[in-house]
Amino acid sequence: MSNRYRKNLLVCNGSSCQQASDADLVAFINFKLKEYNLEDGIKVVQSVCSNKCSIGPNIIVYPDNVEYSKVTKSDIDDIIIEHLLNERIVERLVFDKENGNGVAPIKQYRIALRNCGFIDPEEIKDYIEKDGYDALAKCLSKYTPEEVTQEVIKSGLRGRGGGGFPTGLKWEITSKSVSDQKYVVCNADEGDPGAFMDRSVLEGDPHSVLEAMAICGYCIGANKGIIYVRAEYPLAVKRLKIAINQAKEYGLLGKNIFGTGFEFTITIKYGAGAFICGEETALIHSMEGFLGEPTLKPPFPSVSGYLKKPTNVNNVETFANIPAIINKGADWYASIGTEKSKGTKVFALAGKINNVGLIEVPMGITLREIIYDIGGGIVNGKKFKAVQTGGPSGGCLTEKHLDLPIDFDSLTAAGSMMGSGGMIVMDEDDCMVSMARFYLEFIVEESCGKCAPCRIGNKRLHEMLTKLCDGKGTMEDLDLLRNLSVVVKDTSLCGLGQTSPNPILSTMANFYDEYYAHVAEHRCPSGQCKSFMLYYISEENCIGCLVCARKCPVGAISGEKKKLHIINQELCTKCGVCMEKCKFHAVHLN
Amino acid sequence: MMTICESNVAKIEAICKEYNCDKGELINVLHQTQNTFGYLPEDVQEIIAENLQTSLAQVYGVVSFYSFFTMIPKGKHPVNICKGTACYVRGAEKIIDEFKTLLDINIGETTADEKFSLSSLRCIGACGLAPVVLIGDKVYGRVTLDSVKEILDEYQ
Ligand SMILES: Cc1cc2nc3c(=O)[nH]c(=O)nc-3n(C[C@H](O)[C@H](O)[C@H](O)COP(=O)(O)O)c2cc1C
Repeated sequence: MSNRYRKNLLVCNGSSCQQASDADLVAFINFKLKEYNLEDGIKVVQSVCSNKCSIGPNIIVYPDNVEYSKVTKSDIDDIIIEHLLNERIVERLVFDKENGNGVAPIKQYRIALRNCGFIDPEEIKDYIEKDGYDALAKCLSKYTPEEVTQEVIKSGLRGRGGGGFPTGLKWEITSKSVSDQKYVVCNADEGDPGAFMDRSVLEGDPHSVLEAMAICGYCIGANKGIIYVRAEYPLAVKRLKIAINQAKEYGLLGKNIFGTGFEFTITIKYGAGAFICGEETALIHSMEGFLGEPTLKPPFPSVSGYLKKPTNVNNVETFANIPAIINKGADWYASIGTEKSKGTKVFALAGKINNVGLIEVPMGITLREIIYDIGGGIVNGKKFKAVQTGGPSGGCLTEKHLDLPIDFDSLTAAGSMMGSGGMIVMDEDDCMVSMARFYLEFIVEESCGKCAPCRIGNKRLHEMLTKLCDGKGTMEDLDLLRNLSVVVKDTSLCGLGQTSPNPILSTMANFYDEYYAHVAEHRCPSGQCKSFMLYYISEENCIGCLVCARKCPVGAISGEKKKLHIINQELCTKCGVCMEKCKFHAVHLN
Repeated sequence: MMTICESNVAKIEAICKEYNCDKGELINVLHQTQNTFGYLPEDVQEIIAENLQTSLAQVYGVVSFYSFFTMIPKGKHPVNICKGTACYVRGAEKIIDEFKTLLDINIGETTADEKFSLSSLRCIGACGLAPVVLIGDKVYGRVTLDSVKEILDEYQ
C-alpha cells in the first residue's frame, strides 16, 4: 500500500463490480475528490475481486479497513463528507456480516494475489514499493541460473494451469535444451468457463507476471517472452501493455537489465476464442498464426516449441508465485500446503453459493471450509449437492468429499481434478445428468476436430446424454455411455479428449441413482429435465380467464370463458409460460 | 457481401504492413481488420492472403476455426448471452430461448432489419451477476425471463 497518501480507497474493479456499477465509478470518485480538494491526500486504487461479487460494487477505505458495498454514484458524497472528512463510518453502506454476506478473509492466504487490490496496477512505483523487481535483481546479481532453478525446484511449486507439473523441473529441462534462441511463454488463455483468476492477476498485478517471466528467461537462457492472452480480456491486455512500457522505461525489461548484460523483452499475442488454444501445443500453433490444433507430445515444447525452438510454457498464476518464492525463500513456500502440493491455490467460486468470487487458500484446505466458512454456504439455505472442480475436464465432488483435504493428487484420486481452479457449486435443484450434458455440449463445440475419438466420440456422448434428458434412454444406453467414455479418454490425441468424459464418469459414479431414475423410473429427481414434467390446470383454482390460452405460444390450451381450461399434452412444449402468467396459481407441475 | 473500395484495400494493406506482412501474425492482422470493418468477408480475406503471401485457404481456415472471427455482419446491437457454467446453473438456457423467441432468430443469426444479432459466449467473469447478457458493451446482470422484453425495448 502506498503510504504517500493519508487514505486509500480501494474500488473493486473486478468485472462483476465494474458491470454492476452504474457508470465509471473510479472516474466519478476522482472527480468528486477534486471537488472537495482532497485529491492530494486520498488515492483511488482500482483493486480486483474481493470475493463479494454479489454485493458489488465494493469499496474499501484503507487503512481503516472499512468496506462499503453496493455503492452507487449517489453514495459518494456521503462517503467523502462522513468518512474522509469527519472520520465517521457510513453505517448504511457497511455490508451486513450477520446476513451471511460478510466474508472476513478467514482461512485465506494470499501469495499469487498478494498485491491484487493493494496496488495500482497501472503504476509501476506501487509495485516497486512492494518489493517489486527485487526478486529479479537478486537473481541477476547474486545467483547463477542453476541456483535459481534449484530454488524453484525446492519450493515444490507445481503448474497452476491444470497439469500440476513441477515448475522448477520444467525450467531445468528447458535450460538443458541447446539452441540459439529460446522462448518464455505465458499461458493467459484461461478458457475454463467460470474461472477468472488469471485475469485477476493480469488486471491487478501485471508486473509480477513480467518479473517472473524475466526470471524464467534468466534460468532457461531465453531473451524473449510472449504472453498469449484471450481477446475476451481487453482490460487485462490494456494493463499488460502499460506495465510492459513502464518496465521498459525503468530499464527492467530490455537490454542490459540492472547492468548485468541480461536482455529480456516481452510481447503480446492474442487468442481468438478457442478453448483448445489453452493446451500448450495448440497455443504454440496459434501463436504461429495457424489453427489451434494440438500435436502429439513428445516432442515437448521444452524441446521443440514456438518456431521449433525450446519454449517454456507456464500459466499466469504459476508465474505470479515466483517473485514471492525468490523473495521469501523456497523453504517458506514449501512450508505451506500439503506434502506433494505446496503453496496456495486460487479458486473461483461460483454457482449456488452465497459469496461468489475469487479466493486464495493454502493447499490441503477442505471443501467444507471453502463452501461453508469462506463461501458462506448455499444460496437460499438449500441443500448442497455437488461441486464441479476442474471445469469441463474435471468431475464432481459430493457430500462425502466435504472433509477431503484438497490438493492436486487428492482431487485426481477422487475422480476429479484441480484444473485451473473453477469451482461450480450445485444444490438439490440441479440435475447431474443435465450437468454432464452441459459440459459435453461445451466440449463438442470446442473440440478442434483433429482426432476422431474426440470429434465423433464426444458428439455421440452428447447425443446419448440428450436422449437420457429427453426421457428416451434405455439401460443399454447407460452401459454404452460408460464404455464410450472410457474409449474417448483412452484414445484421444490431447488433454481435451483425454479428460472430456470425466464429467460423465464422475456423475455416474456419484449419482448413478439419478441416471437410473431418468431411464427406469421416467423421472428427473431434481425436476430440471423438462421432458419429464407435465403441466396441468387444477379445477379448484382455474376461473376460466383465458389468459394462459392466449399466452400459450403453441396453442396447446383450450377452454371457454369461465370454464376449466385444459392443456393438450401432445402439443405442450413445456415452456412454462402458462404457469408464469396465471394469476390464480391454477397451473401446476408434476 | 461488401464491395471493397480502394481506400479500404489500402486500410487492409496498412494493417498487414504494421505487422511486417509476417504470416505468423495472421491472427493479430485478422483482429485488427475485424475491428476496422466489423466482420471478415471473403474478399477481405483474399487481400490479407495476398499481402501476407499465404493462401486464401489458410486465412479462411483460421477465420472459420476461431469463434471470435465472423464472416457475417453483426446487428447494430449485438446480443451476447453468457453460457458459462455459473450462468448455466442459474438459468441461462431459458434466457437464450426467450431471446430466440422474441427476436425470431437463432444463435449466430442477425434479424432481417439488421438491428439485432444473437450469439452466445463463454464466461465474461461476471459470475456474481449470473445469468448475464451483453448488448454491445452494456452488461445486464441477474436477467430474468420477464426482463428480457424490457431489455430489448430499450433498443426499439
Ligand atoms: C484442453 C486444455 C486446455 C487448457 N487450458 C489451459 C488454460 O486455459 N490455461 C493454462 O494455463 N493452461 C491450460 N492448459 C494446460 C497447458 O497445456 C499447460 O500444461 C500449462 O499452460 C503449463 O503451465 P503450468 O505448468 O504453469 O501449469 C490446458 C490444457 C488442456 C489439455
